[in-house]
Amino acid sequence: MTDDFSSEITLEVNDVTHRLRVDNRRTLLDALREDVGHTGPKKGCDHGQCGACTVLADGRRVVSCLTLAVAAEGARVTTVEGLSGEGGLRPIQEAFVRLDGFQCGFCTPGQLCSAVGALAEHAAGWPSAATADVSPDGPTTELDAAEVRERMSGNLCRCGAYPSIVRAVLETAARAAVTG
Amino acid sequence: MREFSYRRASGVREALTLVAEHDDARYLGGGTNLVDLMKHGVETPGRLVDVRRLPLGGVRETPDGGLAIGATTTNSDAAAHPEVRRRYPALSQAVLAGASGQLRNMATVGGNLLQRTRCGYFADLSQPCNKRAPGSGCAAITGAHHNHAVLGWTGHCAATHPSDMAVPLAAFEAVVRYETLEGPGEIPLADFYLPVGDRPDLETALPPGALITEIVLPPVAAARRSRYRKVRERASYAFATVSVAVALDVHDGFVRDARIALGGVASRPWRARTAEEVLRDAPATPDRFRGAAEAELATADPLPGNAYKVTLARNLIEAVLTELAERDGR
Amino acid sequence: MSTEQPATAAIGDARPRIEGRLKVTGAARYAADEPAPDLAHGWVITATVARGRISAVDASAALGMPGVLGVLDHRNAPRLDPRAGNYFGPDGSLLLLQDDVVPYAGRPVVLVVAETPEQARAAAGAVVVTYEPYPHDVDFRLDHPAARPASTAFGPEADTGDIEAELAASAVVVDERYRTPEENCSAMEPHAATAWWQDGHLHAVDSNQGPFSVSQVLATLFGVDRDHVHIRAEHVGGGFGAKGPCGPQVILASMASRSFGRPVRVVLTREQVFLATALRPPTDQWLRIGADADGRLRAVHHRPAFALSPLAEYIEWCTEQARTLYAAPAIRTELTAVPLDILPPSPMRGPGATPGSFALESAMDEVAERLGLDPLDLRLRNQPAVGPVSGLPFSSRRSVACLREGARRFGWAGRDHRPRTRREGRLLIGTGLAATCFSAGVFPSTASITAEADGTFTVAVGATDIGTGARTALTAVAADTLGVGTERIRIRIADSDLGMAWGAGGSRGTTSWSFAITQAAAKLRERLGDPARPVTATVDTTALIDYQPATERHTFSAVFAEVSVDPATGEVRVRRMLGMFAVGRVINPLLARSQVVGGMIMGLSMALHEEGVRDPATGRQVNPDFAGYHIAAHADVPDIEAEFVPDYEPQDPLGLNGLGEIGTAGTAAAIANAVWHATGVRQRTLPIRLDRVLEAEGAEVRGAVGVA
Repeated sequence: MTDDFSSEITLEVNDVTHRLRVDNRRTLLDALREDVGHTGPKKGCDHGQCGACTVLADGRRVVSCLTLAVAAEGARVTTVEGLSGEGGLRPIQEAFVRLDGFQCGFCTPGQLCSAVGALAEHAAGWPSAATADVSPDGPTTELDAAEVRERMSGNLCRCGAYPSIVRAVLETAARAAVTG
Repeated sequence: MREFSYRRASGVREALTLVAEHDDARYLGGGTNLVDLMKHGVETPGRLVDVRRLPLGGVRETPDGGLAIGATTTNSDAAAHPEVRRRYPALSQAVLAGASGQLRNMATVGGNLLQRTRCGYFADLSQPCNKRAPGSGCAAITGAHHNHAVLGWTGHCAATHPSDMAVPLAAFEAVVRYETLEGPGEIPLADFYLPVGDRPDLETALPPGALITEIVLPPVAAARRSRYRKVRERASYAFATVSVAVALDVHDGFVRDARIALGGVASRPWRARTAEEVLRDAPATPDRFRGAAEAELATADPLPGNAYKVTLARNLIEAVLTELAERDGR
Repeated sequence: MSTEQPATAAIGDARPRIEGRLKVTGAARYAADEPAPDLAHGWVITATVARGRISAVDASAALGMPGVLGVLDHRNAPRLDPRAGNYFGPDGSLLLLQDDVVPYAGRPVVLVVAETPEQARAAAGAVVVTYEPYPHDVDFRLDHPAARPASTAFGPEADTGDIEAELAASAVVVDERYRTPEENCSAMEPHAATAWWQDGHLHAVDSNQGPFSVSQVLATLFGVDRDHVHIRAEHVGGGFGAKGPCGPQVILASMASRSFGRPVRVVLTREQVFLATALRPPTDQWLRIGADADGRLRAVHHRPAFALSPLAEYIEWCTEQARTLYAAPAIRTELTAVPLDILPPSPMRGPGATPGSFALESAMDEVAERLGLDPLDLRLRNQPAVGPVSGLPFSSRRSVACLREGARRFGWAGRDHRPRTRREGRLLIGTGLAATCFSAGVFPSTASITAEADGTFTVAVGATDIGTGARTALTAVAADTLGVGTERIRIRIADSDLGMAWGAGGSRGTTSWSFAITQAAAKLRERLGDPARPVTATVDTTALIDYQPATERHTFSAVFAEVSVDPATGEVRVRRMLGMFAVGRVINPLLARSQVVGGMIMGLSMALHEEGVRDPATGRQVNPDFAGYHIAAHADVPDIEAEFVPDYEPQDPLGLNGLGEIGTAGTAAAIANAVWHATGVRQRTLPIRLDRVLEAEGAEVRGAVGVA
């Protein structure tokens, strides 16, 4: 059997199924940007060191720059373009705009996808490095600013929108808690 | 990045065969380190064998009261697992202290053990590096080595191992299990990483082509009161400067069991057996803790630019022992 | 429509960004996002030696690889006109692929062009570049034998009074060296450009801070008319200075497009961003301050050195604060340049002021320490009535208001000024403050406003919005000056075809563009009686600016910080921070606050984290990535308070001054002073790394034991 350097893959991106032939070297980030045409995910470092390329893959946040497209075969991917539905912006997006959770906007798609993922992780009871006691037997750690900062630390922002981002994430979490 | 073929293995045996039949094949787990190094040109596999979807994920309880963590379990799932958090909190803390939420969602525990060093010279093809190009020399020892090893290094390489997870694994005497086409095998973590010697490119005792299947943690009573503390150059999302995993069991003011391992100081997680010996059956006092730390670091041999790591490691061991003893005392 | 009283008041109103929705949905397109038909991809190869010449480029293997269109190097690249330059004059860093000389490590030396980025990257890996290395010198220090006086293009050095006599008469003299390392702007968007030639015109979508000036440079480089060069930069992923100069990405993409007859995209890797763009030079600063026992300054002598490259003149103007902030009978500045084999430095957020005020404000804290004075009082006692060196009045000077109001909000009163007196558990706690100023002004720009038939106004100005909120702020300015609601304003920016304009830089973007808009609005209003639509008014402010105003014009700030220090590990954490700013009238408090808070975070990052490290053997940076060059992450940053004192700049028709850089300038000293207050040890070298604190702790503990 001869080895091929490219592969046929299927990706479900923002609820749309795409069949693509990709160079095996192509990352999920480049496949989303160059093949699918979703340029929301950004290439800030291409080495998993900034978080600007963060997307949700099967509901979990990942850096798409270190994910090979071919290895993502069959994944259900949500990019920033897929966060808002027909009803308009998601609460986290609306909060980013209202509280000015960005300046240049380049890290924003990654911050937003990461925030969605981080909130789900917290809701699932996952501890973080900011959690004083990781024991599963105590009460679930409340999501405070320190928890949000730690959980969002994989998303660098050079403009320094961090405080506004933290406020937006906390507000969104509180709203979700009220509305269920 | 060189062109490569890609195969997804549906079983362990198929994965082993796919790697064995190709001259230049590598297993692909989460890819967080391998893809990174492929972009640098440090890793140039001709074939990737994707093992991420093999049925090797999950955490199970072992009959003796320990845990076995499947090789393809993501770092996130390992850290969040209730039994890991209950029995080995330092392990959960160590995993959570590594990388970022995104990377932990991708990275597997098997791959975590096989991470390569983050020495800047290792990733720079224009520089000599004995770990990347055996015999080419080491630019770090005479160059920028602020974050390099202070223990166990040789004139051939002073790089550190970057894993946080491996530090508590060393303290808890985990065992790495693997499969080969010739059958299964296992290696205690203490023997898993090879001494630097004159071949820093040879990093682990895994046989060629072996696939890590699980990491087995023996029962360690003291581990239920364990702690991982990591010091780094920013508050999160950075590799360790120095880190320490400590488990401490104190009874009537005396140490019954102490487990200590250091990260960021050597080519492998550094089990602090000397310190442990000093502490065994000793009074649990800050003086003893400091003495134990100093005994461990008596053999430290810092480079001109990283002597601070010896002080830091000493202070960290003492601080975390003290913290655990105080917590027990309350 | 009244000219006296605007019908609306968009200025002063906190409003979200106009493009906010685009940015939170991924719809905002940056330079690497623009689709282009038949696009080819370029991959840059950078030099690995710090000085030398290229002895061979072997591209034979690469040329045979799949998808490769060609390889450009100094032997076959299009010729560029060496008269091209930057703000300071001729700039050899623009002349890429013109000869075999390697002036610094990281210099782009080859461009590989292929159908896909993967193919281009793989082929670049197959190109073998051989160098003949020459001895290099990257060993920066103030007393370097090649040190020379810096350019005085920003004005003559200060030399008032008799420095030595005043120092000799002083009750206390602080005589210290302060050092800051190489830093990199590190905007999150790596420099990217997509360029194509059509009918002799060059088009490019580029990440830059000023499309007009970039078009001027490219026109010179390629020998075409300026108006045959069309540069757009609609959304730019941060700049901080890095995208002020015409960048290597757009030069190389333009060359490749000319050579291969197709649109070419060049995106720098993060490593290349570190190696080939936006270096804030290291500084080594000698400061002597003499004061009377009551805290009156007698002498300020500031001799800062910075590194530069022989390829281009540059000024890291560290001395603005020493000549502006405090009154003293004798003030001398001696800005010193040290030419080394490094990437030519370029301005990074708060150039000069950021390292300069770290030194000055650290030294002021040391004066207060030695006199046993409240550092706040020391600063209040030395406020000048007029420019301490120029003798000119200040157009607005709200420094005292910043200090007093900041102290009130921060809770400075009651601080025990002795160091190492506050503890919380194992942590040492300290507070510190710093004051600073930053030069303000206006540069020429053009603006056009068209009254459309539908009642809206199209405002066109060659501004860029690199995250500053320019789009939103200029809309407010246009609305108020036209006396209409912002919903009737359509703003067009970020296109060199919109006419001459200053870029987003020098804290002068908003003032320069707003001035042009206010003038165009005034001119348009004169014509609105005529019912003809559309009608357009265009103004070029070049002739309207007073370039020699008889006043000193600066913005002012005071920054307060509280830190914790773990004496066992050396870890420093900023627990809270407050900045008070006097920046003239504030157009949009929401966005303005974001910008100064972001500036303070960059200052925090510099204080604690950032440091470009060079390999002593090769002279190359060894940490050119975000895993090695740390910028502050979420977890490093506390909630930060920033407020504006009431202020109005009389030289500006709307009362404005810029605020893009002052947030960065004052922060590092406030944090360093807080670290001293916590530990009792001065940190005079940035960043305040944990090993430096740990080493100081060792000395402190040994000292304490010795005393006991």
